[in-house]
Amino acid sequence: MELTGAEIFVECLKAEGVDTIFGYPGGAVLHIYDALYKEAEHVNHILVRHEQAAVHAAEGYAKATNRPGVVLVTSGPGATNAVTGIADAYMDSVPLVVFTGQVPRHLIGNDAFQEVDIVGITRPCVKHNFLVTDVKDLASTVKKAFYIASTGRPGPVLVDIPKDITAARCEFNYPKEISIRSYNPTVKGNKRQVRRAIDLMLESKRPILYTGGGVVLSGGAAELTQLARELKFPVTNTLMGLGAYPATDPLFVGMLGMHGTYEANHAMHQSDLVIAIGARFDDRVTGNIEKFCPHAKIIHVDIDPASISKNVKVDIPIVGDVKHVLADLLEELHSRKDWQTADISAWWAQINEWRKTDCLHYEQDHESIRSQFVVEKLWEVTGGDAYVTSDVGQHQMWAAQFYKFDKPNRWINSGGLGTMGFGLPAAMGVQIAYPEATVACITGDGSIQMNIQELSTCMQYQLPIKIITLNNGYLGMVRQWQEFFYQKRYSMSYMDALPDFVKLAEAYGHVGMRIERPADVEGALKEAMAMKNRLVFMDFITKRESNVYPMVPANAGHNEMILV
Amino acid sequence: MSDEIRHVISILMENEAGALSRVSGLFSARGYNIESLTVAPTEDATLSRLTLVTLCSEEIVEQIMKQLHKLVDVVKLMDLNDYPHIEREMMLVKVDVQKHGSCDQVKRLTDIFRARIIDVSDKTYTIEVTGNRSKLDAFLQALSEARIMEVVRSGSMGIARGSSALTV
Repeated sequence: MELTGAEIFVECLKAEGVDTIFGYPGGAVLHIYDALYKEAEHVNHILVRHEQAAVHAAEGYAKATNRPGVVLVTSGPGATNAVTGIADAYMDSVPLVVFTGQVPRHLIGNDAFQEVDIVGITRPCVKHNFLVTDVKDLASTVKKAFYIASTGRPGPVLVDIPKDITAARCEFNYPKEISIRSYNPTVKGNKRQVRRAIDLMLESKRPILYTGGGVVLSGGAAELTQLARELKFPVTNTLMGLGAYPATDPLFVGMLGMHGTYEANHAMHQSDLVIAIGARFDDRVTGNIEKFCPHAKIIHVDIDPASISKNVKVDIPIVGDVKHVLADLLEELHSRKDWQTADISAWWAQINEWRKTDCLHYEQDHESIRSQFVVEKLWEVTGGDAYVTSDVGQHQMWAAQFYKFDKPNRWINSGGLGTMGFGLPAAMGVQIAYPEATVACITGDGSIQMNIQELSTCMQYQLPIKIITLNNGYLGMVRQWQEFFYQKRYSMSYMDALPDFVKLAEAYGHVGMRIERPADVEGALKEAMAMKNRLVFMDFITKRESNVYPMVPANAGHNEMILV
Repeated sequence: MSDEIRHVISILMENEAGALSRVSGLFSARGYNIESLTVAPTEDATLSRLTLVTLCSEEIVEQIMKQLHKLVDVVKLMDLNDYPHIEREMMLVKVDVQKHGSCDQVKRLTDIFRARIIDVSDKTYTIEVTGNRSKLDAFLQALSEARIMEVVRSGSMGIARGSSALTV
């Protein structure tokens, strides 16, 4: 039977098992929205208030579930509004398929109403993109898009669909399998390299596992945990990797990098063997590359060959899916009868010395609320089991430092691109994926205002997100840098006219709470969590000029941290 | 950083709209240098062959190869520097031959360089010359006495010697 392009589009989503899409209608996608209207019981469409939020919501959905997030927006401004989210997903390797409407084929290149070359605009920030030029190619293009987005190193794939194609008719045939001759990601790691890696791991006297978002994305957290526990090696996670190894485990030495712990960074600096797994030696992790891990050999496991030896020269590269390679490492280890690591007791003694620095220590007085205290209490009140999204800035770092994630896929933030406005829409995506789960969005008074219109979406779909705004009246991270490096010239880092967030939340139909005293923090959090079916906007008025410590200043080495 | 040397990279890619801009965009986005770039379909019309010449260090060329390989449209590629190879470039030069004696002079140089005069008017000769880059440079140098009106160069193409081949 012949179907229209719009109907084919919806059938493709059903065939891919897509249950939820995030989007916003417009002229170029009207045929598609009409087809969706007729299939509403199969594909749940979430109407956001801004296309950027649609993409972040899809990212939240994808990061929590490890399934591709799906976005549908119209041509022109609909498509350009989605670009920030697409770039965000590209940096954090989030599997997304973004569908954009396009003007009819005969108008392409004509400067038509709401026309933009979105394939050209997004080329540098997608894993791949397509312009569909024939309705006969639509189904196979959608299939390719999902395949590319969700295999190898995941990433966003954009499919641009001209309006006339959604009206044209052809036979619908969804390919079961697809192969692309130019795209064959490596899954299995090289056996010889795996053997060499285990050789080094058993010889090392000062090893450390440095693990990142790739562990979460590949679903390899269980394998990582087993490997670390069998070897009794210390583990540090990147910002993106939090939860890949249980934070409450004694082998865990905390996050590394610019705002990582003293023990994690010093262990990296003194290590003789860094085992990097699904991490990419980002500049926020390495600090000054010349001073990075001066004594260490480096093993690097990553699915993306281009990540290997990009920033730091690697001794043993292993290209492959992290989960597979971890399983191979375990198998290789177990194949060696009576295997033993070198004596690493002196190494652990040294790490425990560093730990005594208690680098995350802060004092909570009776006067003003410390942000760290709020996050710690949130962790206690939620039993460490919430999905936590965040925006970007000081609150993000405090969330990463003080919410001890024991499970993967629970910590959902914008690491690579650092997109303010990510947190609330991402929380929507998570809450839609897991309606029963506790979802908290830790944000700041600056970030929350970048996508605050989504409070309306939350009302429409009754999403009981708990928004934890750490309100210090500053763009805190900008202010901190200005304090440290610009002699306290606070140029444009505060806002004079913050809204009354309680009234704002109420205006959108939600519950608003303002918490000003340290003594009220825990009670307020409990009260909010007890409101299972309501979104609660909690405005915590926090100490104004508080800094994130410890800190590796830009261009410094891991051993040159500022403590307090 | 090791010293920068000239690399000739051959790429087989899908003959599709946008594929070329993915390659050129990668170079501009990551700050890699392009000395020349030439592209045309192959005997298999679904594939294009692109030859790209870049000046860079060993570390950078390793990244370039990996990043190019990551592009979904790129089917296969090789750094011809890793193989014995032949490099050729074609050039068309239009020279003004109105000055007394310049016809003979240009004709003689054309013969010496095994070039060909492919178009003649009462005022101009147009010459076709093929060779590696330095030969073409030398030809232009030799022509400096004559008035060069226009130069068109194709950019380098390369192919490995012997049985090594870039095919799917």
